[in-house]
Amino acid sequence: METEQQLYTISIYTENNIGLLNRISAIFQRRHINIESLNTSASEIEGVSRFTILVSMPEAQIKKIIGQIEKQVEVVKAYYHTEEDTIYQESCLFKIKSDLLFEERQIQNIIKESNARIVTVNKVFFVLEKSGRRSEIELLHRELSVFGIMQFVRSARIAVTKDELKITEMLNAFKN
Amino acid sequence: METLTAKQKQYIEQPKERITGSEAIVRCLLAEGVEVLYGYPGGAIMPVYDELYKYEGEINHVLTRHEQCAAHAAQGYARISGKVGVAMATSGPGATNLITGIADAQIDSTPMVCITGQVPSHLLGSDAFQETDIVGISTPVTKWNHQVTKASQIPEIIARAFYIARSGRPGPVLIDITKDAQFEEFDFEYKKCMGVRSYVPVPKTDEAAISAAAQIINSAKKPMIVWGQGVILGKAEEELKAVIEKTGIPAAWTILGASAIPTSHALNIGMVGMHGNYAPNVLTNECDVLIAIGMRFDDRVTGKLDEYATQAKIVHFEIDPSEIDKNIKTDVAVLGDARDSLSKLLPLLNSNSHPDWLQKFKDLYDIEFEKVIKNDLHPTTEGLTMGEVLKEINIQTKGEAAIVSDVGQHQMIACRYADFNVSKSNITSGGLGTMGFALPAAIGAKMAAPDREVVAIIGDGGYQMTIQELGTIFQNKVPVKIVVLNNEFLGMVRQWQQLFFDKRYASTEMVNPNFVAIAKGYYLEAQKVTKREDLASAVKEMIDSNEPYFLEVCVEKENNVFPMVPSGASVSDIRLE
Repeated sequence: METEQQLYTISIYTENNIGLLNRISAIFQRRHINIESLNTSASEIEGVSRFTILVSMPEAQIKKIIGQIEKQVEVVKAYYHTEEDTIYQESCLFKIKSDLLFEERQIQNIIKESNARIVTVNKVFFVLEKSGRRSEIELLHRELSVFGIMQFVRSARIAVTKDELKITEMLNAFKN
Repeated sequence: METLTAKQKQYIEQPKERITGSEAIVRCLLAEGVEVLYGYPGGAIMPVYDELYKYEGEINHVLTRHEQCAAHAAQGYARISGKVGVAMATSGPGATNLITGIADAQIDSTPMVCITGQVPSHLLGSDAFQETDIVGISTPVTKWNHQVTKASQIPEIIARAFYIARSGRPGPVLIDITKDAQFEEFDFEYKKCMGVRSYVPVPKTDEAAISAAAQIINSAKKPMIVWGQGVILGKAEEELKAVIEKTGIPAAWTILGASAIPTSHALNIGMVGMHGNYAPNVLTNECDVLIAIGMRFDDRVTGKLDEYATQAKIVHFEIDPSEIDKNIKTDVAVLGDARDSLSKLLPLLNSNSHPDWLQKFKDLYDIEFEKVIKNDLHPTTEGLTMGEVLKEINIQTKGEAAIVSDVGQHQMIACRYADFNVSKSNITSGGLGTMGFALPAAIGAKMAAPDREVVAIIGDGGYQMTIQELGTIFQNKVPVKIVVLNNEFLGMVRQWQQLFFDKRYASTEMVNPNFVAIAKGYYLEAQKVTKREDLASAVKEMIDSNEPYFLEVCVEKENNVFPMVPSGASVSDIRLE
């Protein structure tokens, strides 16, 4: 259905230039579209950046947005994917009082069962890292919030596609 | 491929030479073939002005009276010549004043390069005197922009700026250059930009799409063409004419497409859109195939989207992939440059004619003539109409003039009634609707095409937004003809107030100064007409003059522009009164 809201992951391969984030985010802002999450990073190609943006909208609209993104001079290529098209993860950090680690046996079970990882421990606090699906992170958050969380942060979604994207071929074609 | 002049070659791929960034900027402009630029000096761009002084015989810098007008003049220059217009300003307010012109160029796809000075790089972000984040500010209204902080970046970035501004769907590019980069010395060498790896200016044309388009067009019984500025930007006027003549398809134009095909052509059926002609608007909702060429289905063209040509198959020829299906869902999209696509299409089309269908346009034209055109062009009422002024200009210029219009009622009248015999003759602010555009744009147009008659048609409102450019006209002796159609109102807003706000004329009445005295204050020849019997001779005197000339025509105060598609209505619900 073209009019139904759906969660899409947008992958954008771009030149690594100052100001491009502004140019891309303006496309969403102008159309009053809320960005659920946004990540920028290096890509598999040297000198080429990759934006990963999570948005919710109908398919008819996402096609237009991709057109607007690709129109930007420094964008090599933009794609949109459904959840089924991608392998995706989010990551999060919890900062929790160290006392709890020793006083509340249940916390240790939660950590074990959730496949979370202790990054660091000191006398005052410890930091727990967890990567996975949003639902897993939310579950862990719920379980830990009972004991009190000093700080929590979750990263943007990052995703790779099941299909090949052929950016390198595209860039090589320019050289020839 | 553009051909380089001998003058350009002096600056391209020459042995490296140690010069300052500011001198490099001027040499880059010369290498790009820039002969004239418009601008305004100030602190952060002074090193470049010092070089412009040195290169005075090579490049002509025109001092406008406001940076906004430097941008509009560059637009006018670009629109009439097809070349890249260049504007220059200092940092801070100089740069922000360019923004309206840049936004106008962006929405009307005008090739323009703007160069702004910026505070020295060590002061960036410190809220220094006249510092603004012009790259941030201009991002949503530029095709590309970039800040240069090192002299060595200047040649490559400026080459890229010109390449991006003129290629594909053209647009404005802004290059912001810090003052330290202007002072810095480096080994200068200029190479033209031949491509940018992340940018595809012209998408590949799919032969299958062309044959699919040809098939639909060949089997159409009631086809209609709507062309836009893409035909002019793509230099496809001859190709379009050949397509129209071979197939006998009636063809209408958007406001920015005007003049690509002469007004007098038998298959030219007039303008579409809010104040376009009756027949093409009504029959948009009757045609069986709508062939859109280099146009983008703007809301002023389509009216209510879900009642726009729903019965028709849509074939869209377009250079910008993001325009496909943006507003109107197409049946066949042909991506690519209009000239290339149309020349590939032509041999696949059957020779044809559509006499009965064409007659429908003629019948509706007769209705429009009786209800609207007759009263506009041959009024029997006492007050002068804007239409009869245009008619007189047509007569005196034999339809050869370039008409530069501002925004409002007079603009619609100018576009409706001007005779266009030559392409690139309708220079107006279409997408942005920028009042104040015409006077500075006319300066640029006349300087780019000194052999052409350039007539600016302006309302009394818009005229006063950039009236100071009379100074630029006087100082540079630019022989533009300025016609102010004075109805002592912001006429288009007043018309809407009359029709949709029960005649509550909020802030639309204007108490105007003595325009003739102001023009004379700038030492221009000037005249005012209030009576019909004086109109013809006044227009003749203006056109015969070899000097800049100002003509004020006092027209009926409360005339309306019709036909009109009320905002939100379907194009076929167009009103004649």
